[in-house]
Formats: sequence, C-alpha cells, structure tokens
Amino acid sequence: MTMNVHEHIITIIAVILGTMATRFLPFILFPADKPTPKYIEYLGKVIPAAVLGLLVVYSLKDVEILTGSHGIPELISIAIVVVLHIWKKQMLLSIAAGTVAYMLLVQFIF
Amino acid sequence: MGTKRQILSHAFKTAFPNTIPIFAGFTFLGMAYGIYMNASGFSFLYPMLMSLTILAGSIEFVTVGLLLGPFDPLGAFILALTINARHLFYGISMLGKYRVSGLKRLYLIFGMCDESFSVNYMADIPEGVDRGWFQFFVTALNHSYWVLGATLGGLLGHIVEFDTKGLEFIMTALFIVLFLNQWMKEKNHHSSIIGLTVSATCLILFGSSGFIIPAMVLILLILTVFKNTFTKAGVVS
Repeated sequence: MTMNVHEHIITIIAVILGTMATRFLPFILFPADKPTPKYIEYLGKVIPAAVLGLLVVYSLKDVEILTGSHGIPELISIAIVVVLHIWKKQMLLSIAAGTVAYMLLVQFIF
Repeated sequence: MGTKRQILSHAFKTAFPNTIPIFAGFTFLGMAYGIYMNASGFSFLYPMLMSLTILAGSIEFVTVGLLLGPFDPLGAFILALTINARHLFYGISMLGKYRVSGLKRLYLIFGMCDESFSVNYMADIPEGVDRGWFQFFVTALNHSYWVLGATLGGLLGHIVEFDTKGLEFIMTALFIVLFLNQWMKEKNHHSSIIGLTVSATCLILFGSSGFIIPAMVLILLILTVFKNTFTKAGVVS
C-alpha cells in the first residue's frame, strides 16, 4: 500500500510539472518577442484587480461562518486593516495591527 | 564591478522591506507545513526539497496526503494543475512586466507564487532601481523564507510548541492591503468588485475546495462579455 521512495519522487515531480505548467503556460503561449493579441493585452490590464479580489477570498476560504466563532474575529480584524490602511497608508502597520488584533481575538476572546 | 554591486545592493535594499510581512507569514506557514510532514512520518528532506522545487503552499499541503495514499502520478499532476490554475491569471498579468530575459526570467516565472506575484505586480519600483533585480530579490527572498520555514518545521517538528495561533492571518492582511492599494490606484472599480463578489459567490456555492476554477471561468466570462463597456469606462488606460 505505502509508496517507496522512487514513487514518492515521481509523485513530487508530477506535482512540480503541474504547478510549473500553470506558471509557464501564458509566457509560452505569448512570447515576449511576438506581439500579444489585443484581447490578451486587455485581460492583462483588467485581470490583476479581479485576481487580488480572488486572493482575498481565497485566503479566507476556510473561515467557518455557521459554526465556531462565526467569522467574527476575521470581520473585526479585516475592519482594522481596512480602516488603518485607508487612514495611514502604511502597509506594514496595517498588516501588523490586523494580525496582532486577530491573534489576540482568537487566543483570548473567541 | 563596483557599479554592478551598487545596482544589486540598491535593488536588494528596495526589495527587502516589501517582503517583511511575507517573511513572518512564510516562516510561520512553512514551519506549520514542515511540522505536518514530520508528524506524517517524513524526513526533513521532504519539506525542504518540496518547498524548494514546488514553491506553492496549498498544493504542498495536499501533496502530503498524496504521498500517503496510493501511487497515482497522473492524478497528482491534474490536481496540481487544478489547485494552481490561478497562476494562469498571474502570468497573463505579468506578460509585459517581467521585462528581463534568460535565466532570471525563467526564475521569476518559476517562483511566481501568490505573494511574489502580488508584491511584484503592485510594487512602485522607484526611479533608478533596476526592475529585473528588484523582482528577482522579491521572488528569491520569498522563496528562501518558505524553504527556511519548511526545513525548520521538518527538523524541529517534535520540539516546537505552537502558541502562535492566528498568525496565519498575516497573509489575509497582506492580500487585503494589496487589494486596497489597487483600489485606491484605479480610476474605476469594476474589475475589483467583480473579482471579490464572483469569488465570494462561488465560495458559497461550490465550497472551499472547488470554487477557484468556477470563479476564474466566471471572472473571465464577465470581463470578456463587457470588454467594450470596460474599455470605454476607462478601466483600461
């Protein structure tokens, strides 16, 4: 049942190939020395904003809304990050304050 | 060669502060991953080499389960493609931004994890700082933090007591800050709102393990259907 080391290595290589395919494919399909199709150029400009939204949701995907603390510590900490960042615009300050607030909330209150 | 050294050290000093939150997040998450592998019975060499060569957090956690199950490399390949499909969007966004060539370019693409992509995409690289080296140092520093954390976790798995509960929120905070930076920079918020609402809706509909692909397809569809409207509205400068 359990794999041997060779099978481990082959499995890991398969994971590396799958991951690298997703990273290299756009650059292989649209090489730097050839003009990029207008549609892809358009996507390159509008997708980043959407993808940052996707990443925010992705990083919160395992928050349980219906059970446990119902996402309340996350909501409070997100509010702290947003308000602080709009107010002070200091990247490290917003991140540190939000994270410390979250740690205190989940360790001592919830 | 004094000038070359100056260019490098200038780029490094500019890049490093951008990676500080990732240093904290990656050493922590990397250690959690290393400890998980250690607890699953693997030598520290596994998390060390896997963090070095795969460099994609979520699939590395999933791979631990794959290594404990039946031998299925094709399944592993397809799973890696699916979980990491979001990188396709990063590549399309960075087509014009990784303006270096040769090995440095290959490394930038190889190391394009969520964090290196978003920091390199959003960075306002000051005048006089070499772009390519800046992007290289952001990527390489993030890469080294991840390997450092994973290796330490694999080595110290038995000893370490974790009272850092909640530190993982640092990655959420980083993405929120980058999202806000983009929001304050753009003339128009169509795409940001689409990204946020479509992803959240798909998460509710499809659950945490299967929402990324439908979200990506839907985002692509909406951006394509409304291409003319968005172009006119000035989303695209």
